[in-house]
Amino acid sequence: MKQPIIETSSVTKTYRSAGNSVTAVDSVSFAIYPGEFVALVGPSGSGKTTMLAMLAALLEPSEGEICIDGHLISKLSESERVKFRRQNIGFTFQSNNLLPYLTVLENVELMLRLNGYYGINARQRAINSLVRLGLEDRLHNLPNQLSGGQRQRVAIARSMIHNPSVILADEPTANLDTERAYQVTQLFADLVHENNRAGIMVTHDLRMCKYVDRIIQIEDGKIVADLKTRQEIDALISCA
Amino acid sequence: MKLAFFLAFQEVWRNRGRFLLFSLVIALITTLVLFIAALSEGLALANKEYLEKINAQLLVFQKNVDLSAAVSRLSLSKINDIRRVEGVAAVGPIGFSNGVMVFSDGREDLNVSLIGIEAGKPGAPPVIVGKSFVIDRGLQVVIDKNVADRTGVQIGERIVIKTIQGTKEEFYQLEVIGITDKRQYLYQPSIFLPYRTWEQIRPQMTSGLQLVETISNVIAIQVNPDADPTIVADRIRAQVNDVDVANIVTAYKAIPGYQVQQDTLNTQSGFTLLIGVLVIGGFFQIQMLQKVPQIGVLKAIGVSNFIVAAAVVSQIILVTTFGVAIGSLISLGLALGIPSSVPIIFNGSSVLIAVGTLLLIGPLGGLVSVRLAVTVEPLIALGLSS
Ligand SMILES: Nc1ncnc2c1ncn2[C@@H]1O[C@H](COP(=O)(O)OP(=O)(O)OP(=O)(O)O)[C@@H](O)[C@H]1O
Ligand SMILES: [Mg+2]
Repeated sequence: MKQPIIETSSVTKTYRSAGNSVTAVDSVSFAIYPGEFVALVGPSGSGKTTMLAMLAALLEPSEGEICIDGHLISKLSESERVKFRRQNIGFTFQSNNLLPYLTVLENVELMLRLNGYYGINARQRAINSLVRLGLEDRLHNLPNQLSGGQRQRVAIARSMIHNPSVILADEPTANLDTERAYQVTQLFADLVHENNRAGIMVTHDLRMCKYVDRIIQIEDGKIVADLKTRQEIDALISCA
Repeated sequence: MKLAFFLAFQEVWRNRGRFLLFSLVIALITTLVLFIAALSEGLALANKEYLEKINAQLLVFQKNVDLSAAVSRLSLSKINDIRRVEGVAAVGPIGFSNGVMVFSDGREDLNVSLIGIEAGKPGAPPVIVGKSFVIDRGLQVVIDKNVADRTGVQIGERIVIKTIQGTKEEFYQLEVIGITDKRQYLYQPSIFLPYRTWEQIRPQMTSGLQLVETISNVIAIQVNPDADPTIVADRIRAQVNDVDVANIVTAYKAIPGYQVQQDTLNTQSGFTLLIGVLVIGGFFQIQMLQKVPQIGVLKAIGVSNFIVAAAVVSQIILVTTFGVAIGSLISLGLALGIPSSVPIIFNGSSVLIAVGTLLLIGPLGGLVSVRLAVTVEPLIALGLSS
């Protein structure tokens, strides 16, 4: 059996504010292996985003451990976390992914520059990935000159360009029409599979699960279902 | 660091319209500050130029007149008393009054300071063209360069000075024998006359009044090279009755209105700088508030706080420097087009200080937005906050 890329054990997150506390994630344990593209689904407020934030070392679990790529997240210092994020994680958000004052190409290159890669080779690599995503004639446009789907594709290119082992996406298709949403999800799936990464996509839309290998369903912070076979997945999609 | 500059520059470049506009605001503030500084410098100089350049270290005034040359009256017998004080090398009486240079050939009349001095004594200006007077009562004058520039009067020319004697206008013909450098006094270009001639020509309450004892306004003193002016001043105060002694700087600062004027202009320039801080601070703060989501994303994908802060700071420095540079160019252009009669001087140290301060206020005003940028949490990229 291969080593998992992501492994969580009894991860709990409790938000405490004056008077009340909310347990957003409740002792969640799972392991995700190379080449696995996972959908994290669940009703609003079930703790999906919170889980993602902890995986990206943006939020500290109240309890439990997260191990990614051999890094025990809780052991990392603040600056090591920043470095961890820029080297090991590829992130796509729901919106506002791109810097409005950088061109498509520069936005993608940014991730390389951040990791210390400058120059012709870096640029060529960014161009190749954008060509691959069908954006070859948009390289020098600013984000506000693109459609929503194009913008998300640029964000995907950015999240993969530095070869991270983990791809995280929080409702990347929420602002897209169905057709574009399918395209974007399929793109994610392909890029995860090709490079043996671990991919987690949070989504509301069960139809998008057509392209995933596994569905983790959570409710009130707890895993209620972990579907790993094609039949189980297709069954869930068809009841939606 | 390279990345920080890249981000800062790209943002400015891709929004150059907005940043240019804002640079122009900084440029206008710069122009305003520079003009106030130049005006302050120019007005101060026009007031004190003669005293500042005088070939003396001390000035003696009458006691209890607050070092006002216009009020001070010293009998010339004091000169002998002062000369005897140890450490005094040379003394010279100086008389100040005003007159009008009139022309019969259509040239415009010019108000001038009439300054009476004794040739070769402290208070006498160096002659750069022509010669100085040798006797103390000839109808000869030395004009300063301002008079020469503004009237075109040359060596050897006869000029006419009008003063009021009693209630009548009197006209005196005098020959220009020398020109000295710029030596304005109380905002007027100066004409230097032999002391006795000055006494006759200066405006008087009653015409033809013959004074029993000659008087001057102040007495200029050169001290021995090895003597300390402060000590010599103390000795004069102790040994000569009814006099007050001041060094040159104290003397021109005591010109009525001088300090008030400088303080007013300094306050004005201080307020303008304060406005600059607020405007720059406000602009970048508003920008930053709009950019909070962006910065959240940047941090979430692994950009360090240091790079975010460096980008903000370098952007502020870039924009401020650009604005100040444009403002300085505007000021320079305007300064070249301003007539010489306007007392504006752009080479004083105060102008350099103003530019330096302006370059500092940018980062100062921007500190708030740097603080904001640093405190933005990467979690907001996900719509969460801790
Ligand atoms: N800063 C916070 N303080 C307190 N409670 C919080 C905070 N952030 C989130 N929560 C709570 O934690 C729970 C999980 O929130 P989370 O955003 O992770 O849910 P989600 O599954 O992503 O929901 P959605 O599908 O609507 O995005 C919610 O009940 C939410 O109200
Ligand atoms: Mg969410």
